[in-house]
Amino acid sequence: MIIKVLGSGCRKCIELADNTRKALDARGQQADIVKVTDFADIAAHGVMSTPALVIDGKLVSVGKVLTVQDVADLLDKVD
Amino acid sequence: MNVFGWLDDQLLRMRWLSELVRQLVEQGMGLPVSGPIGGSVHFFIYDTVKIFILLAVLIFAISYVQSHFPPERTRRILGRFTGVRGNVLAALLGTVTPFCSCSSIPLFIGFTSAGLPICVTFSFLISSPLVDLASVILLASIFNWPIAIAYVTVGVVLAVIGGTLISRAGMERHIEPFVFNSPVIQLDESEPRIRERLLFARDQVIDIVRRVWLYILIGVGIGAAIHNWIPGSLINGMLGQDKPWSVPLATLIGVPMYADIFGTLPIAEALVARGVGLGTALAFMMSVTALSLPSIIMLKRVIRVPLLAVFVGIVASGIMLIGFLFNAFAGAFV
Repeated sequence: MIIKVLGSGCRKCIELADNTRKALDARGQQADIVKVTDFADIAAHGVMSTPALVIDGKLVSVGKVLTVQDVADLLDKVD
Repeated sequence: MNVFGWLDDQLLRMRWLSELVRQLVEQGMGLPVSGPIGGSVHFFIYDTVKIFILLAVLIFAISYVQSHFPPERTRRILGRFTGVRGNVLAALLGTVTPFCSCSSIPLFIGFTSAGLPICVTFSFLISSPLVDLASVILLASIFNWPIAIAYVTVGVVLAVIGGTLISRAGMERHIEPFVFNSPVIQLDESEPRIRERLLFARDQVIDIVRRVWLYILIGVGIGAAIHNWIPGSLINGMLGQDKPWSVPLATLIGVPMYADIFGTLPIAEALVARGVGLGTALAFMMSVTALSLPSIIMLKRVIRVPLLAVFVGIVASGIMLIGFLFNAFAGAFV
């Protein structure tokens, strides 16, 4: 699984990446977390508010710092 | 009795707080506020507390308003207007949308790729860092309402003229192609409940306080130094009202610096208290917040150098224009 965190590198993006990592660890799940900071790459996902989360190419959240629980719920849906 | 004047004094300028801090400094610490040390301590405590209270209340209220204007909705509203009305609306929307260019650039891309005209998207890009609701209310608090309203008016006019000029000059060829070719996605917009809006507003307050508290302390510290320690002759020799170069100099000093409006206000406040022209202080404040090295570097990834130069030129000359205007007509405001 590839999870992308989109955002130009502000504190919120780091927080979202951390929470994603924690959610994965809690579930004992393996995944690559990629931080996307370039505006062109972010725009390529059609995102206007960051941070955003993309799981396996699917945009699942925009403009929010998801909690560990939120990310876990999203991962449930993907499974 | 003038009720509005009283409300202004107590709620916005917080006279009660100034008085409270004065008693604390004079009776608690035994330092007269008329002396340099007592004066600095008073300025530092009073301004820090005042700015943090204003910051919390303001960001909360503004974020609540913002929760009604998510980017997708803003884009749809803008798409309905053409010509100058579109420009004015874009400039006004720029005042209620996010606080830094790291978040306004993705919006600019989203608007442009959806086919909004360049004049409209640039009006937004110019007004977004230049004017925001928080600075308006802070200006009203530290100076007065006519100054705050004049500031918004000039900022919006500048954004409209700037956007129109850039579009007339046919400069869209200097925008990176990916900006036009990015996909436009329509998110399912579920209308948030009041509780969710309140939580969003609270989170915004926490996030912004965590991001800017250090800038505020530094700003108030510099303000306190200007207020009581730096000789007036030095300040007036550099930035005095009679010096024609004061506005360009204040702008030049401000451009490379990056700080939040909340950090620059105490500096502007102290400069005005020491006799620097209001326009000069405003020019400094606007150039620090609207133009900065980090935001220029970010913009360079979206627009090419010629357009970037025009953008910086328009914003910088607009700031100087505001400076000269306010200095010339300061008598009408203060």
